Amino acid sequence: MVKESNSTSNSLLGWIDERFPLSSFIKNHLTGYYAPKNFNFWYFFGALALFVFVMQILTGIFLTMHYKPSAAEAFASVEYIMRDVSFGWLIRYMHSTGSSLFFVVIYLHMFRGLMYGSYRRPRELLWLFGVFIFLLLMAEAFFGYLLPWGQMSYWGAQVIVNLFTSVPFIGPDLAEWVRGDYLVSDATLNRFFAFHVIALPLALAGLIFGHLIALHEVGSNNPDGIDIKDMKDKKTGIPMDGIPFHPYYTVKDLVGLSVFLIVFASIIFFAPEMGGYFLEANNFVPANPLVTPDHIAPVWYFTPFYSILRAVPPLFNSQFPGVAAMGLSVLIFFFVPWLDKSKVRSIRYKGALYKKWLSTFVISFIVLGYLGTVPSNVWGQFYNAIPIIGGKDVATIIARIFTVTYFLFFILMPIYSKKDITKSVPKRVRM
Amino acid sequence: MADEGNKIDLNRRKFLLTATSVTGAIGVSAAGIPFVSSMLPSEKAKAAGAAVEVDIAGIKPGEIKTSEWRGQPVWILNRSDAMIKKLDNNKELADPDLNVVSQQPKYCKNKTRSIKSNLLVVVGICTHLGCAPAPKLLPKGDMGSEWEGGFFCPCHGSKFDLAGRVFKGSPAPTNLVVPPHKYIDDHTVLIGEDPEGVA
Repeated sequence: MVKESNSTSNSLLGWIDERFPLSSFIKNHLTGYYAPKNFNFWYFFGALALFVFVMQILTGIFLTMHYKPSAAEAFASVEYIMRDVSFGWLIRYMHSTGSSLFFVVIYLHMFRGLMYGSYRRPRELLWLFGVFIFLLLMAEAFFGYLLPWGQMSYWGAQVIVNLFTSVPFIGPDLAEWVRGDYLVSDATLNRFFAFHVIALPLALAGLIFGHLIALHEVGSNNPDGIDIKDMKDKKTGIPMDGIPFHPYYTVKDLVGLSVFLIVFASIIFFAPEMGGYFLEANNFVPANPLVTPDHIAPVWYFTPFYSILRAVPPLFNSQFPGVAAMGLSVLIFFFVPWLDKSKVRSIRYKGALYKKWLSTFVISFIVLGYLGTVPSNVWGQFYNAIPIIGGKDVATIIARIFTVTYFLFFILMPIYSKKDITKSVPKRVRM
Repeated sequence: MADEGNKIDLNRRKFLLTATSVTGAIGVSAAGIPFVSSMLPSEKAKAAGAAVEVDIAGIKPGEIKTSEWRGQPVWILNRSDAMIKKLDNNKELADPDLNVVSQQPKYCKNKTRSIKSNLLVVVGICTHLGCAPAPKLLPKGDMGSEWEGGFFCPCHGSKFDLAGRVFKGSPAPTNLVVPPHKYIDDHTVLIGEDPEGVA
């Protein structure tokens, strides 16, 4: 039997709340979610990443309305978007610039995690969700890069898919299976389109949801690495160093978003190609399976890993060690929560040893990133003009050194984080 | 902080909230414009939908020519004098006075629904559900003894006369559409553009 409503509230919200936990959701995740009050600049990037994700989905939907995922039509359909579709150029530049800025934001977000120990117990799973998101994001960017079907799209996909051939025993068959053909072709483009447009965005949305649920379960870390839940007001049970996410951090994030949008719009309108770093010149030439462009380099956000690939020499006539090293350089992030043995979370209370290693890692990442953009034909001689370090193959030697320091940051972490002389952590956060 | 609650200036807070929301809403709507307009016909579609020139020199009286404009069939029927005379006899029309404005441009709102009395230019799409009617220009034949010549839609049986006017009792609600058109010279018609001086 259907009972008459006995609700005391006649409002629309009351009607919804009887059927859907709207008010309690808003309370649990916004107005009643207490975040540490000492968030700084570095805490903008999570919200910004979410914003860029939504924007990529939105602009992607509108690009899909005009794009044709076939080898015969793809390149022309992108030109059609740029020239004939009303505001098509703007939507495409938003999408291409968005992908680069997505990585800017994500790298800064990850660096924040490393600095403040946001991966430490109880936030290990939160960190794992994040690394999975990073991994899928790289795949998403790679698949998307084939779609314009330009020369860089084509040969980039060719090189990356051929990495699979180096896998012992099953390599060549695996690469063929990924391509669906003997070369990168229409079949490859069609399946990459499916991955880029539906499979990975769906998986990313799910992982981002998990990332946020995990975050709200354990609560945000902060620049001091202090558990604000340890110091609660005895009467209300509210963390004394916490403030409601809404309105305090929604307003703060709006300011960050405004600044971000200024940067974003400036790039879209004044430098959408970013001197070849966001959109490469060779990609304005249609894909040609018979001619490889002179200079093949990945988009900037892949270059640190690409440098590691180039730096590792072949072993036993196999290029697999380089491929494995590149894969490991990404996967190693998964282990960080268990590699850090420090007594404290945040860099503020860690000693000089940790700071030195983190700096070494950042320098390695940047130098490898830079070397990844250096054309292969000058890879060995690039520093000739420079005294002392100038000479043949110096770039290779530099890349090898920084590849080693990149990995040592992780491998030696259990040792130096334990030996490091830490400072004592206060009970309450500092502003 | 909560102890200072009575010091909060609620008016100021309300003003700031409203100002921020309104500014944000304006920004979001402005950002929506490119997305909405990207779904309008593109420059390519506009170019494909531009006016088309049709050579009408070869159409003898009593003959019809089918041309294409925006992917639709457009008939150009050169009506003989007898055909034009017959238009007066058609009594059972749904809209003999051409009251439905959208079905023809102003300059074709006349007895023959045309610029030149003999030449009918009409979109060959039934106003019922969009099928392409068949020209049945000659009287009688397979259309029965009552038929005076016109167009017949095979989908649901709509009947139109030689000016594209729909007969009463047809499922089609309105007359066939006369597209904007003008004569460039005696033997060329431009379909898709109004004559000069006509809005």
